[in-house]
Amino acid sequence: MTARTVATVAALTLQEAARRRVLRSLALLTVVLLALSAWGFSRLNAEFGGLTSGEARLAASMVLNLVMFGLSLIAALGTAFLAGPTVAGEIESGIALAVLARPVRRSAVLLGKWLGLVLFGSGFVILAGLAQFLIVRATVGYWPPQPVTGLALLAAQTTVLLTLGLLLSTAISPMASGIVAVGLFGATWVAGVVGAVGEALGNEGVVRVGTVSRMLLPTDGLWRGAMHAFQDPAILGMLGPAFEGHPFLSDAGPTPAYLAWTALWIGLVLGLTALTFQRRDL
Amino acid sequence: MTGRTAGEGDAPSAGGAALDAAQRLLAGLPAAPAVWCSGLRKRYRRQIAVDGVSFTVGRGEILGLLGPNGAGKTSVIKILLGLVRPDAGEVMLLGRPAGDPYARARVGYLPELFRYQPWLTAAEVLALHVRLSHAAVPAQEQRDCLATVGLADRAGDRLGGFSKGMQQRLGLAVALVARPELVVLDEPTSALDPLGRADVRDVLLALKDRDVAVLLNSHLIGEVERVCDRVVILDKGRVAASGTLAELLGRREVRLRLGAVSAPAEARLAAAGRLTRHGDAFVVALPAEPDLTTVPDLVADLVGLGVRVHAVEPARISLEERLLDILRTGPSEEHR
Repeated sequence: MTARTVATVAALTLQEAARRRVLRSLALLTVVLLALSAWGFSRLNAEFGGLTSGEARLAASMVLNLVMFGLSLIAALGTAFLAGPTVAGEIESGIALAVLARPVRRSAVLLGKWLGLVLFGSGFVILAGLAQFLIVRATVGYWPPQPVTGLALLAAQTTVLLTLGLLLSTAISPMASGIVAVGLFGATWVAGVVGAVGEALGNEGVVRVGTVSRMLLPTDGLWRGAMHAFQDPAILGMLGPAFEGHPFLSDAGPTPAYLAWTALWIGLVLGLTALTFQRRDL
Repeated sequence: MTGRTAGEGDAPSAGGAALDAAQRLLAGLPAAPAVWCSGLRKRYRRQIAVDGVSFTVGRGEILGLLGPNGAGKTSVIKILLGLVRPDAGEVMLLGRPAGDPYARARVGYLPELFRYQPWLTAAEVLALHVRLSHAAVPAQEQRDCLATVGLADRAGDRLGGFSKGMQQRLGLAVALVARPELVVLDEPTSALDPLGRADVRDVLLALKDRDVAVLLNSHLIGEVERVCDRVVILDKGRVAASGTLAELLGRREVRLRLGAVSAPAEARLAAAGRLTRHGDAFVVALPAEPDLTTVPDLVADLVGLGVRVHAVEPARISLEERLLDILRTGPSEEHR
């Protein structure tokens, strides 16, 4: 019974994402970004025809990471603004009343929504990311070393953010939950950059800012792992300490312990969301 | 979760035989009421919304829930359906404790705030609710359900373009689609035109014929009076009165317009029943089945006391008058 409810609600959430304007705006933003990047990469090749292969790889890696950051930002915005209205909005409008008066557990409905959003967000990241890889390959002939790992980490980042969005949406209004989720996402990214700069400068206090923020909200840690998977492995060795702390280059992939923490984080936040939702009067 | 016992479907055994006997015994018992609730309490911050509400809705019975705005009617309904957590009290739906979501498997609900997924079509909303209630309702039956509420030709249209009245009609179809044994309707006619109200009345009477229990919250007292078997009147979160319509409305009264009423004459009037006076208009409440001689005797005595009798009008109290009377005088033991 519960599994059927989860599947029904997940399918409904995907249908909602497909039919509402979110998908169209996402598709449009993505196409614009991909087109811009295609143009940029082709110019890169044309203008700097005289680059050595190492320099070309460096430029391609860095620009690819920059564009992938844009994609992950679109995914974050899209899922956060989809996750927000999905619980808070439905409670506010009354849609939730008729659904939750059915023989369903609230936790099953919540899990269904989460699953639908995860499928939607991950599907978007993977499709858009693949398209971007193909563009880079066609324009500058660069193919990332670990595309599958990188895309999986990006999908995980989206999942973390939408799980947070879902938690917020059981407690605060739909718009506020979207804004807070995206705000926290941005703040963690900035804290991550600050931490990386601290690392380059050898300042432990500053490094801790990045480490703590990466634990509290694992989006940035996953993002740095994804970057590491996309960039040429030889780059950092080639560049030396001057490029340490660069916001669009990463010096290491995520450790298994960090991935385990991320999975636990998602489980904990989802459990907390179920608890808040269960206690909420509609 | 379905409440099935282990051993079901096993080869016949001593335990199986005992189980069969127990099931036969259970089947022989009268069906549990559609709704049973006891001592419901709910407080929102400092505001007490529901304060010790208990009532029962029998199988196939239509119960009207009446009361002024803020009396706690919608809160009670939401507690019954598990949408609001009560601070105290117990609820059983169709014989199962309401804490078990499966208790709602055969319950249909039209909320006061009716909104459905605007990106779905009317037919898709019904199909969704059939899936969520784990029922097997063929597509044709779902279409018939839409036809019952007058939306047969809008089945394929998205809800985004529906008027409020049409959404409420759809809500009624949603409440009816999964073959419910209990239907809870919270203000089902609030957005409907007179024609729609008549349709809802027909739907209610059809449900009654099929032995489906209905809990109806409505401000339209005429509607309630026409279709309900019993009424529960809530006021300030408490049950102010409850009973069958005959019990609540059985009281009769006699209205008189009198002149030259002396103190003994007024005492004679008061002796006949509870007396209210506005100028020269007097109303005497009479018992449900007064003697045929009560009114003629009263008039004869009044004339004997020198009263000028201008008009004598026997009347039956309408539910509306009764409701206002109960709400103005406040809950009392007499009403329970």
